[in-house]
Amino acid sequence: MPTTSRKKHGENLYLAAYARFARDLPGNGRSWIGAMRQEGIERFESLGFPSTRDEAWRYTNVAPIATTPFALKPEARADALTPDLFEQLAFEPWECTHLVFINGRFSPELSRTRALPRGVEVGSLDEALDSRRELIEPHLGRLAGMEGQAFTALNAAFLRDGAFIHVPKGVVVDEPVHLLFVSSTNGTAVMSHPRNLIVVGEGSQVTVLESYAGLDAGASFTNVVTEIAAGDGAVVDHTLLQRDGEGAYHVGTVQARVGRGSSLSSHVISIGGALIRNDINVVLDGEGADCTLNGLYVTHGTQHVDNHTVIDHARPHGTSRELYKGVLEGRSRGIFDGTVIVRPDAQKTDARQVNRNLLLSDDALVDSKPTLLIRADDVKCSHAATIGQLEEDALFYLRSRGIGSGMARNILIQAFVSEILGRIRIEPVRTGLECLLYTRLHDGHRRDTEVTP
Amino acid sequence: MLEIRNLHAKVNGKAILNGIDLKVHAGEVHAIMGPNGSGKSTLAHVLAGRETYEVSEGEVLYNGKNLLDLSPEDRAREGVFLAFQYPVEIPGVSNMYFLKAAVNALRKHRGEPELDALEFLTMVKERMKLIEMDHNLLNRSVNEGFSGGEKKRNEIFQMAVLDPKLAILDETDSGLDIDALKVVANGVNALRGPGRAVVVITHYQRLLNYIVPDRVHVLSEGRIAMSGDKGLALKLEEKGYAWIGAAEGAARPATA
Repeated sequence: MPTTSRKKHGENLYLAAYARFARDLPGNGRSWIGAMRQEGIERFESLGFPSTRDEAWRYTNVAPIATTPFALKPEARADALTPDLFEQLAFEPWECTHLVFINGRFSPELSRTRALPRGVEVGSLDEALDSRRELIEPHLGRLAGMEGQAFTALNAAFLRDGAFIHVPKGVVVDEPVHLLFVSSTNGTAVMSHPRNLIVVGEGSQVTVLESYAGLDAGASFTNVVTEIAAGDGAVVDHTLLQRDGEGAYHVGTVQARVGRGSSLSSHVISIGGALIRNDINVVLDGEGADCTLNGLYVTHGTQHVDNHTVIDHARPHGTSRELYKGVLEGRSRGIFDGTVIVRPDAQKTDARQVNRNLLLSDDALVDSKPTLLIRADDVKCSHAATIGQLEEDALFYLRSRGIGSGMARNILIQAFVSEILGRIRIEPVRTGLECLLYTRLHDGHRRDTEVTP
Repeated sequence: MLEIRNLHAKVNGKAILNGIDLKVHAGEVHAIMGPNGSGKSTLAHVLAGRETYEVSEGEVLYNGKNLLDLSPEDRAREGVFLAFQYPVEIPGVSNMYFLKAAVNALRKHRGEPELDALEFLTMVKERMKLIEMDHNLLNRSVNEGFSGGEKKRNEIFQMAVLDPKLAILDETDSGLDIDALKVVANGVNALRGPGRAVVVITHYQRLLNYIVPDRVHVLSEGRIAMSGDKGLALKLEEKGYAWIGAAEGAARPATA
């Protein structure tokens, strides 16, 4: 039997960091959120970090996260975030509300807000915790449970800031909202535990881009939890973009509850970071609820991206469409573990789950584990997974028309990737990412590029 | 224009072509007929540069150059075109984008400026009329979800746009109804000219009613068993391929 009394080095680091964090909280952390933090650290202490013996963490070793002494380093500004870099990270000239967070803390100076429809609230969670308690308390931590979830518990323990978005009943927010989280290490291993809460009222609509970036290649650990409550008939489009730095460890959970006749689209684009672990969990909790989960991981070097998704069909007539695609180069590693649950009540569920992977090198590795757990009898569910290389037939076809082998490869890779990018609804983000990824994928194959005689 | 000398080729170690000799002059149309498994498609793919086929002996001269030394893309750039028996579906790549990339690769090779979007569209629209191709197919992914006939038409359309010197049609007629067959024939006949040559590979004589060949060759067990004028195709239609074996057997010593 494993003993919990013998605390491990890694957990101790975080317990000590928590003690410092709790001590320095304003008002000694006695706000209503204090109980949640306390529960979080206790839960984390008893769970400890997951190991590769845990089925859900089989392929992802979190030892580097557990053993690096990451520090909380809240900063209001970051010199490395130059106007040029901001332009790039904010997809300018895209104009929208950008909330900027440095090492997990909201930076009013760097943020840009624009007029939003009446009653819509977009801002720092920290600032809203007391003033909007009646709105936040029913959702915060209720959507993303800590049970068995060490990282969610750790996030709760260090809960301090993040974004709070509230769209009241019947409001359509046309302009997307961008939440930009940047890590700035300046030589210190930094961590942040952002918590985002997005509450969308009945019949309302909102589009959110949640993006992460590193200002340098230093070691950082981002452990984020985003909770989304989509009311009945609401339409929510959520894009998670991970452009973390080379030394970044990123563990993220998105927990969404989708109400009756409501629709959630999620896009998860992972391109930067040393280690990324995503848990995207959606509960279709109303009749006729609908969700679309799109994912794209493009990795090279020794990057490691582990995507876990759970779509829980809890009510009848739900629809889910899931498509995750990976393009892997170098010695990088990708994991797709997707589960679709259909509860006994959820008759007439229509679920389709697909994972496709393109390996561009001999040393890249993918594990794909699509799972259907069906407890109802009148449903339509399918799943598929493929792992392969560029198709020789297609390459030859292109070459037989005069297209060089390097360009033929690029065309096929682009086509593979564009199926996901094309679904991103925020136009500047879609075109920006197309540009970024195509350049990167082409560069990766410069060695194969044709030599024109 | 094309001279094939004693060509031998293998797939996965299995000999498919066993010494093909063939000369095609500019301005000519040759038909290569033969039963299934006689090596017709292998010959087409070897000429286009498919790497899965291993040439073990012989040579192929194309306008004086050693064709087998060129990559598939360089063969295309030099004016060789293969209309595939089974055109490949490429999801996510539009027909238009694909063709533009191909046209410009060929132009670049010839030292001509690339076509801009408008010039390209004008040229494409003109060629589409020839093939009577549905305009919507241009914006769809290459061959994806196309019917068999649409795929074949798309091959001929590509041929019309790329304007090759040597076109090789690999069973482009199989599975086509008579209207589509005429369209294919129109495309090929429009290409006929003094500086060009066409090799039509077919199982049936039917297409040759519309594309009248200068020479007809019968392929059998990886060799050209018989050659003749267009009358040979009619004879084959009447007597069947078994007749070739019998005729050949009679002409050769039994020990061959």
